Amino acid sequence: MNASSPDGRAPTPRLLDLARGARFCDRDLDVRADDLIAGAALADEAPRLEGKSVLLSVSTQVHAAVGMLELDGLVCRLVVAPADLARDHLAAVIDDAGVDFIVTDTPEKFEGARTTTIRLTLPLGKTDATVPRRHETQWTLLTSGTSGRPKMVAHSLAALAGAIPPRTKADESVVWATFYDIRRYGGLQMFLRAMIGGTPIVLTSVGESLVDHLRRLGAAGVTSISGTPSHWRRVLMTAERGAFAPAYVRLSGEIADQNVLDALRAAFPKASIGHAYASTEAGVAFAVDDGREGFPVSLVETPRNEVVLRIDGGTLKIRSPRTASRYIGPDAPRLFDSDGFVDTGDLVERRGDRFVFVGRRGGIINVGGLKVNPEEVESVINAHPAVRMSLVRAKKNPVTGALVAADIVLENDARAETVRDSILELCAKKLERHKAPAILRFVPSLPLTPAGKLRRDMTPAPEESADA
Amino acid sequence: MDVQAIVFEEIAEVAARQKKTLQPFNVDSPLLGIGLDSLCFAILVARLEERFGVDPFEDPENDSMPMTIGDLVNMYERVVA
Repeated sequence: MNASSPDGRAPTPRLLDLARGARFCDRDLDVRADDLIAGAALADEAPRLEGKSVLLSVSTQVHAAVGMLELDGLVCRLVVAPADLARDHLAAVIDDAGVDFIVTDTPEKFEGARTTTIRLTLPLGKTDATVPRRHETQWTLLTSGTSGRPKMVAHSLAALAGAIPPRTKADESVVWATFYDIRRYGGLQMFLRAMIGGTPIVLTSVGESLVDHLRRLGAAGVTSISGTPSHWRRVLMTAERGAFAPAYVRLSGEIADQNVLDALRAAFPKASIGHAYASTEAGVAFAVDDGREGFPVSLVETPRNEVVLRIDGGTLKIRSPRTASRYIGPDAPRLFDSDGFVDTGDLVERRGDRFVFVGRRGGIINVGGLKVNPEEVESVINAHPAVRMSLVRAKKNPVTGALVAADIVLENDARAETVRDSILELCAKKLERHKAPAILRFVPSLPLTPAGKLRRDMTPAPEESADA
Repeated sequence: MDVQAIVFEEIAEVAARQKKTLQPFNVDSPLLGIGLDSLCFAILVARLEERFGVDPFEDPENDSMPMTIGDLVNMYERVVA
């Protein structure tokens, strides 16, 4: 790989340089960015990583944060493994990203892998090694692909940080927190925002209850905090939300509907509440802070900050300096159309002076931030001997945003009351919990397109029953 | 209609289907403290919508989320005729 900036832009400073004075903590560890300058977490191994392609696969968010700060500028490509990267996908990620080393706090997990592991150690040790950070590191994030196999999305640090304002005096009184995991785009935005602002950020810990987490946020004096609408609905269902009083509440990652915005307004009357639109591929596109769902039509008519929005066949497309560079891997699809727009796949509808989000093209269902491909669920249901065909769709839900619902056509001799439980058992066995249908409806037929495909844009309305 | 009895019955049913161990609870118990996670509550609310034929979360007058079991029961009591 090429060591310097491939597109001729001025080199960006290293994340570690930008992060002077910043710190981050979880339940167990508190780390100052300034203490990482000597590469202490990698002991004397850092020079081996120079210019290499590295997979960062760690067990906690603080380890992830340390890895990102240590590796930006040192390695050529930094692939950030999410917490839930399935072992089945590991080999493909390593091959497709040409990974030379795995940096991890748990090398024992990779025994038998052909790739050499390098240990990331916390708390920090002492080292005399000088770490060369002269590369324009390509950051690679994973996003859930529709077929279950993750897609790898390449970014520059400049694009990732493109929506983050430079450090100001006001940052001195800010304490960030996020309900997200920083190994995904939404959480990484908040992590970078805190690092560039030189502020503390409070991260989540594995296995920590929401009540304990909220108390920790309160004790840390958190002022600014982000999460998905589903994260926030959980907070709203918890009396300990009174443990902290954020001045800024931010939502992104799912549709922020009027209900959740109003409930947050009532719960945090003094806070400024904003919702942002961002995706791994399209980057941060815009933020809305007027307390209303959707976004103003004027954002489409008058581009702001070089971000151009286009509504094409009801779908939102975005052209912006903050979009990803490309997908990585063989058979990787093109990220941009011929005009340089990223197709978000998010469907919008105009209502008066607003565009509101109405779902995903292709029917992808978002259950509390976890994506569900309807075809995957249908293939499990259809494997049941009593099922002729099925259609899986989203059902709106006030807790998780949506739940999975299935409309099922049975074989002629099958009776709903006798097969209902066995279909649910099959789904529970074959699918992750959030993918298993919560609602089954038995219908006489399903609508098809003239081409004979299931019509995903309409649903019949016979008897319905919740079953999970 | 005994709304509370139906809510309690559905809580037990969701816990059994989701293989969660329920803590003993009453109307004062915090929603997220009885052994059900947020996916369980999402399913519970979908089931209650089926049972009662209404979704009180869609009520435009409602701008708060329930925090206790009693809050949840009250939400349905208000909208079930």
